[in-house]
Amino acid sequence: MMVTRSYMSRREVEQQRFSIPVTVLVPVGAVLLQVLLPRVFAGLAILDLPFVVTLFFAISRRSPIVGTATGAAIGLLQDVLTGQPIGVNGMAKAVIGYAGASLGSRIDVENTTTRALLAFGFSLVQSILLYLIERRLLGIRAFHVLWLHELLRATANTVLAVPVYLLLDYTKHRE
Amino acid sequence: MDFLTQYKNALFLIGVLLSLAIALAVQVRSPLDEAQPDGPSVRLIRMWAMTAVTPLERVTHAIGSGTGRAWSAYIDLRHVRQQNKDLQQQLARVRIEEAAIAEDALQGRRLQAMLGFRESYVGSTVAAQVIGASGSEQSHILTIDKGTRDGLRPDMAVITQNGVVGKLRDVFPTTAEVLEINDQSSGAGVLLASTRIRAILRGTLTGRVQIGNLTADSRIQPGEQVLTSGGDQVYPRGLQVGVVESIAPDPDHQPYTAIRVKTAVDLDRVEEVLVITGTQPDLTAGAQQDLTAAAAQHAADLSAERLPGIYDEQTPGATGASGATAATGAATPPAVNATPALPHPLPVVHPDRFSSGSTAPASDLKPGGANSAPSGQQPQPPQPGAAQ
Repeated sequence: MMVTRSYMSRREVEQQRFSIPVTVLVPVGAVLLQVLLPRVFAGLAILDLPFVVTLFFAISRRSPIVGTATGAAIGLLQDVLTGQPIGVNGMAKAVIGYAGASLGSRIDVENTTTRALLAFGFSLVQSILLYLIERRLLGIRAFHVLWLHELLRATANTVLAVPVYLLLDYTKHRE
Repeated sequence: MDFLTQYKNALFLIGVLLSLAIALAVQVRSPLDEAQPDGPSVRLIRMWAMTAVTPLERVTHAIGSGTGRAWSAYIDLRHVRQQNKDLQQQLARVRIEEAAIAEDALQGRRLQAMLGFRESYVGSTVAAQVIGASGSEQSHILTIDKGTRDGLRPDMAVITQNGVVGKLRDVFPTTAEVLEINDQSSGAGVLLASTRIRAILRGTLTGRVQIGNLTADSRIQPGEQVLTSGGDQVYPRGLQVGVVESIAPDPDHQPYTAIRVKTAVDLDRVEEVLVITGTQPDLTAGAQQDLTAAAAQHAADLSAERLPGIYDEQTPGATGASGATAATGAATPPAVNATPALPHPLPVVHPDRFSSGSTAPASDLKPGGANSAPSGQQPQPPQPGAAQ
């Protein structure tokens, strides 16, 4: 009997689940830390903890629908607390959640190098999305993006993401 | 049906994005009303979120500030003596400066009255503590622990003792959001202190503050003070904003220059703020009293300088007497039978043979002897009765 390793079977086997407290508290904690940490040291505003968490849940669950919903929810909470129009981060992180989950079901996302590359790449994608939303959708002409700064942000998010993902791996319910 | 099943993920994403785009379109009105940045429903959502988050922020702030206070109390104790000494010296210097400033202030008030100029002064303020920040580089917003229950309203100016911080944006019952002057959407009417040029100050994407509506002017130099002009009806006139840091041509908006301003307040480290809840056309009663007292002190100092003194401050005995008088009371009359001190010549810097006291008394002189004073010896002023 020939064993077939289809896309669906791989996803079903490796799809990971999280408990409800982790699902709720980790994103909320990430948004809160994002609000509080820059009070301690202003330079920490370059980090985007909600993005890191969005990407983690997306690539771990490997369900585009859940990834989209998680990204949208985290982004909306971030928008509410940052005083920006509600939906800017919601849209950007919904796309990140969708793309992360879609990619997570095709490649090995348990590898640290792969995770680092994903974090770096998606951080840049998020910067592009935010630029498009602010500049094109909202028509804010004063909004500029300093791409060198965005590269630095992507690097900082990557450096943060690797240890955070290793910690969050302990919260997984393996089946 | 197969289509929906096959593309359910993409359709879900499109649905979410479409919903959020519609939500954004409802929120963002054109032109944007700066006084009311959010509609009622959005404001309600923000209020709920703030209400949920504020207790956590308060707890975190309390723990952080408590630890910080304990540590700084320990550190401060080690330097308190030197600090006290420095402060006393600073106080003495400030008292002297205050008298001169009071005179200038009175003169300014007189000139303003002549011109019929009405200036608004800070009438009442509410002190508040910063308990949170936006945590994003795209927006520079602080959260303070006072709200509508404390009399705060949107667009009230927020300052510290060093200068302007920003203005209130959304005000909730127990908290409020402060839009800092370095936020992209922030703006303020300012005045360059020495050149008296009016301008508009704006925040930038990088969290800096700059003036961008002025053409090149050689009179504007780095280091010039930037004050609020009062023209925006938000910030009272004369508040410190910062100093001009650099001047460069603005490549995006020629022929204007980009004048970068270093803010007087370190906006990344604001802990306590004052919200200006009211302005008034005149100084407060307390400030008036201070001004009057300082002016009286200045007048007394001027009179004291112009009147001739009978005691020579350089004579130790005279200084002691003066000091004793000051210690026992300024109203003590001088002794009636006291012998008035003779005026003494001032000590010379480079003595020579013509200087007073360089020659020995006549009784000591000998014909053909060395009569000049020994070299290097400081000549002494003639003492009363010494020549007798």
